[in-house]
Amino acid sequence: MEFIKNFPFFSIMLGMFSAIVSSVLGAKAAKYVARTALFIIMVLSGVLLWYTYAQGGGSYVFIMGHFPAPWGNEIRGGSLEALFAVFVSFIAFFCVIGGSKAVESDIEEKKQSLFYILVMLMTSSLIAMCYTNDLFTGYVFIEINTIAGCGLIMIRQTGKSIVTAVRYMVISLMGSGLFLIGVTMLYTITGHLLMSPIQETVRELAATGDYSTQLTIIIGLMTVGLAIKSGLFPFHMWIPDAYGQSNVVSSCLLSSVVSKGYIFLLIKIYFRTLGFDIVKDSGVLEVVFIFGIAGIIIGSLMALREKSLRRMIAYSSIAQIGYVYMGIGLGSLAGVAAAIFHILAHGVTKSLLFLSSAEFTDGSHARRIESLKGEASQHKASALSYAIGAFSITGFPLLAGFVSKLLLGGAAIGLRTRQWFALIALAISTILNAFYFLRTVVFMFIAPSEEHDAEIDIEKGPEKFVSIINVRNPLYDLALLALIAVNFILGLFSGPIIDVINEGLGLFS
Amino acid sequence: MLELIHDNINDLVSVLLFVIGFADLLFQKNMIKKIIGLNIMDTAVYLLLASQGYIAGRTAPIVVDGITSTEAYINPIPSGLVLTGIVVSVSVTALMLSMTIRMYKKYHSLDLDYCLLKSREE
Amino acid sequence: MKKTNGKKLNKRNVKENISSKNGLSKRFESTYRVLSAIMIVLLLGMLVVMILGMPPIGYAQNPDNNEVAARYIESGLKETGAVNIVSGMILDYRAFDTFGESCVLFVATICVTIMLRMDGGANSSKAGEDENPEAVTALKKKEDEDTDYEDGITAIKTRTGRGVSRSRRVEHLKSHTFENVDSSFFEPEHDTILQKCAKFIIPIILVFGVYIVLNGHLSPGGGFSGGAVIGAGFILYLSAFGFEDTERFMNAKVIKWVTFGALLVYCLAKSYSFFTGANHLESGIPLGTPGAILSSGLILILNICVGMVVACTMYSFYALVRRGRI
Repeated sequence: MEFIKNFPFFSIMLGMFSAIVSSVLGAKAAKYVARTALFIIMVLSGVLLWYTYAQGGGSYVFIMGHFPAPWGNEIRGGSLEALFAVFVSFIAFFCVIGGSKAVESDIEEKKQSLFYILVMLMTSSLIAMCYTNDLFTGYVFIEINTIAGCGLIMIRQTGKSIVTAVRYMVISLMGSGLFLIGVTMLYTITGHLLMSPIQETVRELAATGDYSTQLTIIIGLMTVGLAIKSGLFPFHMWIPDAYGQSNVVSSCLLSSVVSKGYIFLLIKIYFRTLGFDIVKDSGVLEVVFIFGIAGIIIGSLMALREKSLRRMIAYSSIAQIGYVYMGIGLGSLAGVAAAIFHILAHGVTKSLLFLSSAEFTDGSHARRIESLKGEASQHKASALSYAIGAFSITGFPLLAGFVSKLLLGGAAIGLRTRQWFALIALAISTILNAFYFLRTVVFMFIAPSEEHDAEIDIEKGPEKFVSIINVRNPLYDLALLALIAVNFILGLFSGPIIDVINEGLGLFS
Repeated sequence: MLELIHDNINDLVSVLLFVIGFADLLFQKNMIKKIIGLNIMDTAVYLLLASQGYIAGRTAPIVVDGITSTEAYINPIPSGLVLTGIVVSVSVTALMLSMTIRMYKKYHSLDLDYCLLKSREE
Repeated sequence: MKKTNGKKLNKRNVKENISSKNGLSKRFESTYRVLSAIMIVLLLGMLVVMILGMPPIGYAQNPDNNEVAARYIESGLKETGAVNIVSGMILDYRAFDTFGESCVLFVATICVTIMLRMDGGANSSKAGEDENPEAVTALKKKEDEDTDYEDGITAIKTRTGRGVSRSRRVEHLKSHTFENVDSSFFEPEHDTILQKCAKFIIPIILVFGVYIVLNGHLSPGGGFSGGAVIGAGFILYLSAFGFEDTERFMNAKVIKWVTFGALLVYCLAKSYSFFTGANHLESGIPLGTPGAILSSGLILILNICVGMVVACTMYSFYALVRRGRI
């Protein structure tokens, strides 16, 4: 076996190892350990992507231990998994280096090392979730991810963030319960926990027609469980508070990668565990499609109504999750590929938006959108980055958001009834997106007129002069620059990435 | 029908318990009751899991007198999964309780809705 | 009686204020309840339908009693060296799951520490208990009402010689700041009966816990259950003899380094075993004679590591809840 094939295992273990080591280190040392580990993980995943895609390595199974399937644990490496691991470690690395000053100002010094432990555990559990070839391993790492996410939400320890964390945990735990009962039932009728043997058995069951009702319900339980955890529309109540209240690094990580990890696992379960044809026949995808569209519309409308900047960005996340589920719900390979591309595009864009908005608002004060006037003259770099992010998420050409909307629209065309719903939803939400995001950009770039200033001073005096900690340092600029660059790369050279996604999906089944 | 129920009585009871716990999580406002509901839910899943491995007339999977025949022992996999699951449940319960303590110190109430309203007012 | 009434009234007022502010919230709540109830009924129906079609319980022909379970039973003893097949399964065949499980415990400890550890000084004010002025005044008022009663009790207790810590506690509750509290505030009251019993019973608990950990591969038990028993022993010691005594052998430093060491050994041992297994190398770990204490390769070491982690975790949960630091 080539040495490169060990890299997924190395990335998971390195994440856990650095978290364990950080538990005895101080804040500063933990920060450098986390940065180094994340960088190494990013490089390892990148090399694996190069190996599996450009070198034609394809996909392979890596045995965790001395026993082959179906007896031991396994992980599976392939181009799509490698792409997702690169995405996760890239976002985590640049958020951690970019938000280091925000972390220092938001979190007590003695607890900063704990924050970096949480980030490392979260990253490595996400990477394990994306490489895993075993359902129960998936469940265990889902739990790590959930608890780490809870820690990230409450890290500021204000009253609001604690209440939000409690609500997040309550909703998430319902999701884990449903997912676990689905895994149990799947184990009962197939007798396996590894994905590939389950798929064989499910194929046999589908051919003979046994347990067809049971299979449908199991698919439903797993889908609902993971959808609850990723914050699909009826279960979205915790999102605005959670993203709006917590520290900026937590907001970036939660919105860009944590919720996406569950969706990636769901796609993997659809393709590797159950078989996409069987999922399509079960009718669960129709429900997913409907809730995805509802999420798009409602998320956009609520973002339009929202007055505070951070919460507006958070509401837009609900709409974006809706896009992803709509793509999956289209029920075609092209739809799922578009959904995965949207995961990448949204992750890059949303972390850019959150990171650049850190200079205007720090989460503890509800910064009203009207009071943003003239900010661009004071914070040129972050206002420009924010504008690029806003353009991307609205779907301007040359940027990542445009390509993903194009792909979603293209995937929808040709599906009889669904295409109209999907296209109309896309159109409506693009208009709403343009409205609420460009409004903030316009506010930032117009010069504050004198009388307006006076008015604001009287009415919202304290809000205008909220002292926001300076989050800028060279690393912050570097992070913004990297995220913008990747945004343009995804927008201009999307061909190879779509190739990787399609090839990876082909290898899944 | 009765026969079906008799065959799956463990499963049926655990599903009922699961739904009770789930409803507790959804409807109760008191945090302690929510946590109790969470524990009922988890335990129900473990009961379900453990009963999947049971085979009538066989003993626990600990080798006695060097007998290693499949005929002698029950299925060890569900037992192992339950062990893993219990640890997860313990961790989650500890975390929820600690958050409840903090919430109570701050708002002097265990009612989640009340705390939410108070936190919105801030 | 009076104070609870006051609090309830206060609560109701707040609720009415909020609901009158945006009128919809009451209707929203009832809609939410109806929708949740429908969801619950649907879930119940689905689950029952699913369960009734499942393979019946207790039959050897069920799909889950397949070649996987057969191999664990038939060759588990030979391949892992563990007499307890479940131990062999979770710590050798499916060790990656179990590693994840230890990490769940680890991440939960981290989160609980973030929540409950009060690092003193600037932090306490930032952690901001009682920032909420209304609640503080409500509580202060409530205590004023209680003062007479408490004073009476204090007087009685002081006479009997046991009331010192109690009266101090009342003082601190009134001042509501835990910043300048000396450590004796959290000490348990010295109870002779408890101490005599504890002296007798704690050694037995600890020895039993160690026995469960060390015999994890031979009999029911293992790192987690044994660790929980040991942790319970420490907690009993703490309740009987107080923090000052316990800190001689269980303090923040010891817990930190023991947890770190045990998790590190676990992580490295498992990494070695995964790496050799995946690359088809010989691991070179002797399995020993099945049935002996020193057998079954890594399983014994892993059980000891898990046991240490769990014992420290249980103790630190209790200490954190009790006084806000380990």
